[in-house]
Amino acid sequence: MARISLKDVKKCYGNAHVIKGVDIEVEDGEFCVFVGPSGCGKSTLLRMIAGLEDITSGQMTIGDKVVNELPPAERGVAMVFQSYAIFPHMTVRENVAFGLTIAGASKAEKDAKVAEAARILQMEHLLDRRPSQLSGGQRQRVAIGRAIVRKPQVFLFDEPLSNLDAALRMDMRMEIGKLHNQLGATMIYVTHDQVEAMTLADKIVVLKDGKVMQIGAPMELYHNPANLFVAGFLGAPSMNFIDVTVQAVNGTKALVSNAALDPVEVSAARGPFTVGEKAILGLRPQYLSVAEGAGRLHGAVALTERLGAETVVEVTLKDGKPLIAALSQDRVFPLGAAGDLDFDPATAHLFRPEV
Amino acid sequence: MASKFTVSNRTGWLMAGPAVLLIAGFVILPFFLAIGFSFTNQRLVSPNPTEFTGLANYRQLLGVTTLTLDPVRDEAGAVVMKDGEPEYPSLRSLTRNNPDRPDLAGMREWFSFSTGGDSRTYVLARDVVFMKAIVNTFIFVLVVAPVQAGLALGLALLINQRLRGINVFRAIYFMPVVVSIVVVSLLWRLIYDGQSGLLNNLLGTISFGLIPPVDWLGNPSTALGSIIAMSIWQAVGFHMVIWLSGLQTISPTLYEAAAIEGASKWQVFRYITWPGLRNTAVLILIVITMQAFGLFAQIDVMTNGGPLDSTQTIVFQAIERGYGKQDISGGSAISVILFVIVLSISLIQRWLTREKS
Ligand SMILES: Nc1ncnc2c1ncn2[C@@H]1O[C@H](COP(=O)(O)OP(=O)(O)OP(=O)(O)O)[C@@H](O)[C@H]1O
Ligand SMILES: [Mg+2]
Repeated sequence: MARISLKDVKKCYGNAHVIKGVDIEVEDGEFCVFVGPSGCGKSTLLRMIAGLEDITSGQMTIGDKVVNELPPAERGVAMVFQSYAIFPHMTVRENVAFGLTIAGASKAEKDAKVAEAARILQMEHLLDRRPSQLSGGQRQRVAIGRAIVRKPQVFLFDEPLSNLDAALRMDMRMEIGKLHNQLGATMIYVTHDQVEAMTLADKIVVLKDGKVMQIGAPMELYHNPANLFVAGFLGAPSMNFIDVTVQAVNGTKALVSNAALDPVEVSAARGPFTVGEKAILGLRPQYLSVAEGAGRLHGAVALTERLGAETVVEVTLKDGKPLIAALSQDRVFPLGAAGDLDFDPATAHLFRPEV
Repeated sequence: MASKFTVSNRTGWLMAGPAVLLIAGFVILPFFLAIGFSFTNQRLVSPNPTEFTGLANYRQLLGVTTLTLDPVRDEAGAVVMKDGEPEYPSLRSLTRNNPDRPDLAGMREWFSFSTGGDSRTYVLARDVVFMKAIVNTFIFVLVVAPVQAGLALGLALLINQRLRGINVFRAIYFMPVVVSIVVVSLLWRLIYDGQSGLLNNLLGTISFGLIPPVDWLGNPSTALGSIIAMSIWQAVGFHMVIWLSGLQTISPTLYEAAAIEGASKWQVFRYITWPGLRNTAVLILIVITMQAFGLFAQIDVMTNGGPLDSTQTIVFQAIERGYGKQDISGGSAISVILFVIVLSISLIQRWLTREKS
């Protein structure tokens, strides 16, 4: 069993508080993704789980052992580094077998396990090459191969795909997903690519400045972001934020409007909101549609990008603010034409302004 | 047509000029002059014209032969014993004015050994001092190269840590390198002094007077060892810095990966550090070997080749001949021999340590 639990974990480098008290539970066999902007502490957190950085305060358990003081080797984790960290002077076979060599395994055992890892990662033909003779994606496979031969309970990935080009990245993303299904191990995966996060994760942890913003399943975070940061971080193009004024509050609903937006009643779950106060209305570009009749949002078309199956339209609202809409057909809009947009109030999110 | 290299780089050539001239005048020209002189009988100052003498200098320096002699027997055919050892005919009767053995003329005994039976084999050399110099130099190189490289690596590994104040240690270990070898040699002459030297005092104190004072540099059995020890100490810091730079080219994530796989300290060294230092090791070995072959200043300051030629070295001999005895052609021949030795050893080292693909 490899359940990982972090309780009020903190990390300071001197006076710099890098991780400011984090509580995370990762269930056994779960695929957990840490996302967040650069410098938010994702790598630091992962390295703390691996045992490469010590924990300033708090408690970390893997399985049912407290691992705060345990050296990396005794935590039962394997890690795949962003820079691959494969040993340049060893062949692929020796690299993959490294953990077994260290543990003093017999040659027969090594051969069998390396062959199995090579089969899973489809790199049988690469085994006798040196790292310098491999492409980026192949090196990545070697790094993963080295991680899987020891059958660890926990896999840690630190941005494993960030050095690859877009096409290879998609291939490898799918392979890692498959690998997780095959091995059933607990995986923690750091990325700042939200597509990787959304597609791979059972659970996403959104981090910002060393704090957890929200933890949840990808769709939960997408459809029900807890705050402005999470709302803006997930989804592409990112969510539109419109400054609005609260006109009326009615139980769990609030009536909001602004110069370009006709009054609309939306959920006030992230309240409390008071009448007359400013608030922010979040609208996903995908949930905006061209108004059949009058529409709720009024503006003019500033730019269209036709992507084939999708058309991204930038509308300048009456109050001068830009708004992005992603329409699900190929449509042509003349520049400057009136662009009245509509949306289902149930898909709108009302946030208190960040202070 | 003037190439871009020669024209538009006039400033560049002007700047490089002084260095190029100095290198040409003091390195390249003497190199070829030495090769030329070594085939003549040129002297430093001499009224006689220089003559081409072919390989005479080399023959004089490198002439070695063996001679097996039977012991002297009396009328009855029994071996004549002298001081409990069989007596052999005198070598002088063979090497001096002996019309039967013109090939042995002027040769002297270098060493002798017996291969069982009564007869004894003598190795004769035309220039015994030079032979000793070659042997001493090789002993020096064979001890200094591995020991100095190993110690320097040990120090580099100790010092390659993120600790407060580690730079102080780096500076301390590097200090002897900055001090001129002549000064260091003078200081160590005091340390090795036979009467009141620091080393004798230290040994006497820690052994409560059990170890008697040794005249380290005056005793043929300790002189070369003393110079070896001091030379290793002096340059170890320099090679430590080279190792250190090699260590720092190894990516820290490799160490992290090894830590996660559970490698012990020794395994980390064996599988990551040492393979990562391969090129540095080749460089250090070649540099130490070349420096060690050039052993001169320590000898010149501390022992002058003595006692009993126990610290003669090739370069010391080259300079002693060339300038001391004004035999510039003999000195040149020695330099050329040294050049060939060092070149071949470097090539062999490169070949042995080549990247096997
Ligand atoms: N050794 C260190 N000493 C001081 N500060 C550090 C150290 N290592 C990291 N930090 C700081 O900790 C913060 C988090 O770093 P971390 O590497 O975890 O970011 P990250 O989320 O992985 O970013 P990225 O996406 O760019 O990799 C950064 O602000 C960084 O400057
Ligand atoms: Mg990082």
